[in-house]
Amino acid sequence: MTTQTIAAETGKTSGSGWKRLAGMREIGLILIILALFAAMSFASPYFLTWENMRAMAMAFAVEGIVVVGMTILLISGGIDLSVGSVTALAMVIAGLLFLNGVDPWTASLIAILACTAIGALMGFFVTKVGLHHFIVSLAAMVIARGACLLGTGGRPLGLFTLPPEFKFIGQGSIGVIPVVIVIFVVVVVAFDFMLRRTTMFRKVFYTGSNEKAAAYSGIRTKKVIFLTTTLCSALCGFAGVIYMARFGSAQPTFGVGMELNVIAAAVIGGASLSGGSGTIFGAILGTILLSVVSSSLALLDVSVYWQDIIRGSILLAAVTIDHYLSKRRR
Amino acid sequence: MSDVILKVSHLSKAFGAIQALRDVQFELRRGEIHALAGENGAGKSTLMNIIDGILQPDSGEIHLDGRPVRISSPAAAQRLGIGLVHQEIALCPDITVAENIFMAATNASRSLLVDYAGLNGRAADILSGLGDIDPSTLVRSLSISQQQLVEIAKALTLDCRVLILDEPTAALTEKEATVLFAIMHRLAEQGIAIIYISHRMAEIFGHCDRVSVFRDGQYVVTHNVAETTPTDIVNAMVGRVVDNRYPAKFQGDSLSAPAILEVENLSSPGLFSDVSFTLRRGEILGLGGLIGAGRSEIIKGICRIDETATGTVRLEGKPLDARRYQQSIREGLVYLSEDRKGDGLFLDMSIAANVSALRLGLVSKGGIIDQRRENLQASDLGRRLNLKCGHVGQPVSALSGGNQQKVAIAKMLSVNPKVIFLDEPTRGVDVGAKLEIHRILRDLANAGVGIVVISSELPELIGVCDRVLVVREGRINGEVSGDAMTEQNIMYLASIDAERARAGGARP
Repeated sequence: MTTQTIAAETGKTSGSGWKRLAGMREIGLILIILALFAAMSFASPYFLTWENMRAMAMAFAVEGIVVVGMTILLISGGIDLSVGSVTALAMVIAGLLFLNGVDPWTASLIAILACTAIGALMGFFVTKVGLHHFIVSLAAMVIARGACLLGTGGRPLGLFTLPPEFKFIGQGSIGVIPVVIVIFVVVVVAFDFMLRRTTMFRKVFYTGSNEKAAAYSGIRTKKVIFLTTTLCSALCGFAGVIYMARFGSAQPTFGVGMELNVIAAAVIGGASLSGGSGTIFGAILGTILLSVVSSSLALLDVSVYWQDIIRGSILLAAVTIDHYLSKRRR
Repeated sequence: MSDVILKVSHLSKAFGAIQALRDVQFELRRGEIHALAGENGAGKSTLMNIIDGILQPDSGEIHLDGRPVRISSPAAAQRLGIGLVHQEIALCPDITVAENIFMAATNASRSLLVDYAGLNGRAADILSGLGDIDPSTLVRSLSISQQQLVEIAKALTLDCRVLILDEPTAALTEKEATVLFAIMHRLAEQGIAIIYISHRMAEIFGHCDRVSVFRDGQYVVTHNVAETTPTDIVNAMVGRVVDNRYPAKFQGDSLSAPAILEVENLSSPGLFSDVSFTLRRGEILGLGGLIGAGRSEIIKGICRIDETATGTVRLEGKPLDARRYQQSIREGLVYLSEDRKGDGLFLDMSIAANVSALRLGLVSKGGIIDQRRENLQASDLGRRLNLKCGHVGQPVSALSGGNQQKVAIAKMLSVNPKVIFLDEPTRGVDVGAKLEIHRILRDLANAGVGIVVISSELPELIGVCDRVLVVREGRINGEVSGDAMTEQNIMYLASIDAERARAGGARP
């Protein structure tokens, strides 16, 4: 972060400052990722190849869009367990519409709108009825998954007739850069900028940091929470449509357990489960870290079961380190 | 001396950049009641938490019975015979009194099963000396004062030789406090040493043997109570002779000055009714009354934080047409809540982000925040309020209470308000910052900002305000100003019906 700081009074000065400490986490993550790269390039000749890099980037790019939504929601003090099944539902809705003769672009738009509506409904239950995010999204997770299975009979929908210009979103490249990566970078840069600089998203921080104080500052906190909840589901819908273009199919069981990965990435990147802090950049680094670890373990022929154990341990370690760092900050 | 039971020497403790205790000493004798006096933030609680093993000192020694000890945890403190009764009640509401009392004993017990039948009997023995409490009732159903007694009973079960009571009478009625003092004297006669933390001079001088004063994390002095006076102790606490603490009052004629804010027949069902008053340019208006009388609610009604209030509010002669608080802010009404940490500030966010929170539009263009302008805004206001901080990018949590409050005030001033409402503006703020805040308020009033202050501290209300409206049960029960602004008159209006107060001489 490049925050200009102006000394108000020469008093007790901690010198470094909060912003720079917050920036340190991101630098720390980058160093860890680079170290992993270095180690892996020795361990496996295949690791540093273009194909592997591209595969890895493709793997985290679409999920990264969901991470963006989750991070913003976490900052506002919420959480969403339904991201995996809502993403799958977007694929299923768009896929079913396509198979019934709707052109894929319209189908995708409808699917994204449907996911947005799910988010709005969750937002309604949280802000108007007064239920907890955790419970509401847990219910939504199960319901959306049920809807996926109901709509498809539990079998993947093959969408072989998708027009090439639609598949281009998920499979094509601009020069050597896959379109998916381009979309991902645009989303990340846009939201990172907005989160850091716009008044709209500053209100998300105020609300998550202290909802009551935000209300006493004239901020309509319920509206903020409603919107972050809705935005998260909308981004899931967007991600689901890209997945469909990429796979050329709609898979009703896609994204099981995705919520854990996504929350872990956001938290490793500095988002707090109690709201009020987090950055998109950090969360994306968290995503990349988890993805590099998975890919490395796969290349090293580590069993998938071990992979989960290692990923869980990384999450625990990251949160523990953060806990001690933030204590020292105080 | 042989009868010294606890001796603390050269103790220091820092929290981050804040030095909470600096080379502190303290000595406690067997069988004495030893008062600890000091302002908020003087370090009393930190010292007690160290003696009880909750915190570990950075350096220094603690001797118990002449032997050096390391108190690593509250459980270790209990084994050494040290019991602490916290100011905040920390009981489990859903289990019985007896189970609460023996919580620590059960924790230390070797046996696998809890002897419930025995518990009630033994609890009854201990409670019989304290008050009329049934050991088998659930703590939830007790009053606050009864819960306080249960806390004390809990400490007594531990065979303690050193008993620390942290402001135990804050929640007690006078009668209950009398009972507590009788118990304290009895325990002291049995040889238990009692450390008694209180702000009330009357209690210190009525019931304690010695008093030690702390200031800004440092030990100041210890006196035998019989050989000193309350004035000496207060002066030692404050560090200077206390006089002329309040800034000069409004010089003009408050009746002829133009009205800034007029409130007419403001009501909110169940909270307050028929509230009418006028705030004039240059004056500071106080709202007095008991806690729960509806003072904060009235202000929230005026500012439209309570959106259901009905009535007329006129700002500079024009009717205020605000439906939400956001609109009131835009019109120039701002409210500073009484619970600074709970609902006033964003503690983990930067000073600059706190100051700009009321109207981000002032530091942004087209919805994009200009970081430079935001920092400038905070540092300008910070300089004006003499805010002590490293830089405005620091989180507010790194500041002291007084400086946090200045950030909260800077936040209000950031929107150039016409009228500010401050709810307990100096609660939890040290004396130095308190004086500064009073001065700031007077300067603002002189500059034409309308100011309404709620305070439960009567001397503050009288010292700072030009007029005080006293609220009782949701109504304005009377008004005092000038020489009639006395603690007696305000308390009278706060607790007794206006009809009788009128006979007592206060202007209704």
